[in-house]
Amino acid sequence: MTMASERSENFPIHDENPGPLLKVRDLRTTFTTPRGKLNAVDGVSFDLARGETLGIVGESGSGKTVLSRSIMSLLPRSGLEQSGSIEFEGIEMLSATPDVLRTLWGAKISMVFQDPMTSLNPVVRIGRQITESLRLHTGMDKTEANAMAVSLLTQVGIPSPEQRVRNYPHQLSGGMRQRVMIAIALACSPRLVLADEPTTSLDVTVQAQILDVLAKLQEERHMSVILVSHDLGVVATRTDRIAVMYGGRIVEIAPTDRLFRAMAMPYTKALVASTPRLSQPSHVRLTAIEGRPPDLVHLPKGCAFSPRCSYATDKCHSEVPPLTASRDNASHLFACWNPLPSTPVAITTTPGSSAS
Amino acid sequence: MTRFVLRRLIALIAILFCISVGAFFLIHLLPGDPTVTILGPNDTPENRNALLKELGLNLPLWQQYLTWIWNVLQGNLGQSFITHQSVSKIISSAFPIDLELIILSQIMALGFSIPLAIASARRPNGLLDRASTTTSFGMLAIPPFILIVVLVLLFSIHLHIFPGPGSYVPFQQDPISNLHTMILPAIVLMVGSTTIYFRLLRADLIATLQQDFITVARSKGLSDRYIMWRHALRPSSLSLLASAGLNISGLVAGAFVVEYLLAIPGLGFELVNSIQQVDYLSVQSITLFVAVVIVLINFIIDFLFTVVDPRIARE
Repeated sequence: MTMASERSENFPIHDENPGPLLKVRDLRTTFTTPRGKLNAVDGVSFDLARGETLGIVGESGSGKTVLSRSIMSLLPRSGLEQSGSIEFEGIEMLSATPDVLRTLWGAKISMVFQDPMTSLNPVVRIGRQITESLRLHTGMDKTEANAMAVSLLTQVGIPSPEQRVRNYPHQLSGGMRQRVMIAIALACSPRLVLADEPTTSLDVTVQAQILDVLAKLQEERHMSVILVSHDLGVVATRTDRIAVMYGGRIVEIAPTDRLFRAMAMPYTKALVASTPRLSQPSHVRLTAIEGRPPDLVHLPKGCAFSPRCSYATDKCHSEVPPLTASRDNASHLFACWNPLPSTPVAITTTPGSSAS
Repeated sequence: MTRFVLRRLIALIAILFCISVGAFFLIHLLPGDPTVTILGPNDTPENRNALLKELGLNLPLWQQYLTWIWNVLQGNLGQSFITHQSVSKIISSAFPIDLELIILSQIMALGFSIPLAIASARRPNGLLDRASTTTSFGMLAIPPFILIVVLVLLFSIHLHIFPGPGSYVPFQQDPISNLHTMILPAIVLMVGSTTIYFRLLRADLIATLQQDFITVARSKGLSDRYIMWRHALRPSSLSLLASAGLNISGLVAGAFVVEYLLAIPGLGFELVNSIQQVDYLSVQSITLFVAVVIVLINFIIDFLFTVVDPRIARE
């Protein structure tokens, strides 16, 4: 946590264009389903600075994966409706043609996917899966790209990379494959990396290593990272800011240290309470959030969390709270009619805290 | 690799032994007697007994089998009782015809079905996809003996584009007119393969395009065409390969309906003739030869599986 907050104050800005790398304004992503319109992302706005790491947390079905794929404009087009604006380095992603998107994908924006077991093509050699975007975007020839692939594999911590480039994915372990995925995503030194639950399917011990590799390379290349996770523990030590999503909306967003010092949304607190902690005595039942995540086709009236919230009042059940800045900190926004009093919450994180 | 080949070879020998036994005893279950055909009007009991002795048909069956298989192992496939032509000669003149038909029809079938399946899988339920799926379903329902009659009527008799039945010219004699006569039967054999290949590959491609690694490939900025050919086609082609193996095996001596109707002296044509004449040695030896070819084709297909998908171990 301390490392992240120091970074947020000290990271150097030495970029051509000033201003945020990514500007998302009132983004709505709607799918037409047999049951009706599904509002997966419902009016999300935020900025992402150059070099910044933003964590997006929420339960399954909170819209975080759709949000990250929307930013990338990688969603299948059928049955999809989008409005609002996603501005990346001055390019409006929502109206960009497929040709323009293809020049950005892999080169300027790239993605690390959730499941390394299914994200690599089983019949293509590792080396080729790394070099194909290099050759496409940087114009390297085969030899240069191969040398680069070996160097990338070294950087993500894969032993004997010269042999590994000739391997097929099934010859590598899950952790190794996710390192390869990171090497693929970072091959062309993109400005923005979207990491969608990059460690969820891995062993806890491997999770920390993968996140360390990602953080190290991010630092070296001065990239921005959006780290999507359902696990507050994963994002707590590795982000500058955290956005909490619920029912397709951002319900609280604040610098990481501020969020844990003064969380305002009861939902955020409930998420923290449901995170397992090392400081707890063993065999203590985990606190679960009562009820189920909201149905995105029929969102509850008022605050989407109100049916599960123990602080909810009549107002919460009828009116949607707007995302407004905290009185004492303009960078801390939350959407709640009955915010919690500022009491610091201690969090002992699961993976990575000892390793970083 | 060597272990893979070795294990296959052992299996191959076992399979071929079983087939030789089966072919030998099955043909001897057939009613009829070659001596009747050979002797014709001279069919007296004395002549018959003399001929049976000459052909070795008076010996017990197991002895006949051993004599035959011993000769085969030494490379001697025997002689036709009827025409006195050596069976190796029959095979060496008939098999190239089958081979040519197989190669022509399979090249055309793959050449049609792969691009069509790719175009259909790109937009499932699109106009092209619906049209080609429906057409292929209809084609699947047309038996080759109907198709050949319709095509001969249309292209040979009315339009005079291709020569009609009975105009077979050997390849060595005149390659151009040989190809000209072979295109019609090749088209008939192509139709069945094409529809199956198209349907299998289309379904597999649609499934593969849903995979995570395709989304990853898109997120690298690769073009749709590159993704289709480099990332989607290979992992989708296993059922295509398996069915190609079956189809090609089926066409070895299996094209006799087409060969018969167009009077092309292929292996199937010769085999059916020999069966009708109860020509034991020819039937046995041709069947064994066909079995060897089919086993070899499957051997190659098995090997190709390991090339297409590296996860299939060669051990």
